[in-house]
Amino acid sequence: MKPKTGMIAGLANPTRFLTLVGRVLPFMIAITLVLFAVGLFLSFTSEADYQQGNTVRIMYIHVPAAWLSMMCYMVMAAAALGTLVWRHPLADVAHKAAAPIGAAFTFLALLTGSLWGKPMWGAWWVWDARLTSVFILFLMYLGIIALNRAVDEPQRAARLSAILILVGVINIPIIKFSVDWWNTLHQPASVIRLDGPTIDPVFLWPLAAMALAYTFAFFTMHLAAMRNEIYRRRVAAMRRVAASRAEEAARPQPREQE
Amino acid sequence: MGALYRRDVILALRAGGGALVGLLFFLCVVATVPFGVGPDLALLARIGPAIVWIAVLLSTLIGLDRLFRAERDDGSLDLLKMQDEPLVLIVLVKCLAHWTAYVLPLIILSPVMGLLMNVGPAGLGAAFITLLVGSPAITFIGAAGAAIAVSLPRGGLLVPILILPLAIPVLIFGVGASYAATSEIEAFLPPFLILVALTLFFAVVGPLAASLALRQGDD
Repeated sequence: MKPKTGMIAGLANPTRFLTLVGRVLPFMIAITLVLFAVGLFLSFTSEADYQQGNTVRIMYIHVPAAWLSMMCYMVMAAAALGTLVWRHPLADVAHKAAAPIGAAFTFLALLTGSLWGKPMWGAWWVWDARLTSVFILFLMYLGIIALNRAVDEPQRAARLSAILILVGVINIPIIKFSVDWWNTLHQPASVIRLDGPTIDPVFLWPLAAMALAYTFAFFTMHLAAMRNEIYRRRVAAMRRVAASRAEEAARPQPREQE
Repeated sequence: MGALYRRDVILALRAGGGALVGLLFFLCVVATVPFGVGPDLALLARIGPAIVWIAVLLSTLIGLDRLFRAERDDGSLDLLKMQDEPLVLIVLVKCLAHWTAYVLPLIILSPVMGLLMNVGPAGLGAAFITLLVGSPAITFIGAAGAAIAVSLPRGGLLVPILILPLAIPVLIFGVGASYAATSEIEAFLPPFLILVALTLFFAVVGPLAASLALRQGDD
């Protein structure tokens, strides 16, 4: 009799996961493209800010990237828990695949923030609390990627980087609340607040559309990267089998020649 | 536990001059800065405490590789894992021993370095106190990195890369408190108390993560 398994436990079978991804991914890509089309259209047609002019549009690229950089880390932290607590095989793949995507989002946030900072603040880079903590996040992503590359065995790499990811979670609340705790140049939170968004709806709608587009883009890329990682491991396993077979086949031959 | 602490300190001080290398590195970093920024005494006096902090941070990170490496190489790490005492406690004791042997000499030397930088008495005292309170945090969190990297064949340079981002808050508040002590505008106590909190926090998180990594590291 087939044992009853939950949704997550059922996905532990990589083949089942691959079938699911194969079915879901085309829809995800389509939704992402539509959302980006809507989001970019709104971003370019919405009014310019009375103070910032057209540079306000940088926000539609910058803010969702910054949100996603943090969300990606939380996804990685959840996967890291899955690795250490439940030893879920897909959790290993999940946080390994997420790290480069998170690094890319963080880099995008830093880059666009810098491009906006030059005309608005008069400097490409300011060492304020938000910028510094996001920069630390970027360094942590790179450190996790480096650790993953330094360990040959995928399972051990996953467990070690899971520990590092969980230790690094401390940085996420620091980033989130840095603008409230320290009185710095970066503006305080204006969208996700207990008393509702303080941002004007003219800017809120394009921002929301772009945030949704970014979120779907993240999950699409994440699923695709996870699929690639599973394929990569299968190829590596097949190569190992082929190599050991070739070795066995090659071994008796020299003796016969002697 | 006491025996382990004594053994680790004696090993660090006598065998191979490991602790001495950290001290020399510290001297080198502090001595390099005046060449880099120029021998302007007013500027050096202002950035002096920060330089000493950065030098201590770097020297600590350099020395962290030795925390578990020798034990792993001669196999006594496996013996430590098999003790009745929880591994977390053993790691904590090893961290304290490492801090005593490698970091405490740097801190004792730091006022002298500050004098070379033309730092005033208030700045010297502040740098000394903040280092004394803050540097254990670097060792504790560094233990996690050292434990992660110990099983890697080429993990030596990885430890500073993994740990530096996590140690930056310690640096920020340590230097912040040192600056506050020399200026009239800012208060010394708030950053100093956050520094204390960071040390206590990492005293829990660091050894916990390190012992977890040591157990997961090899099968």
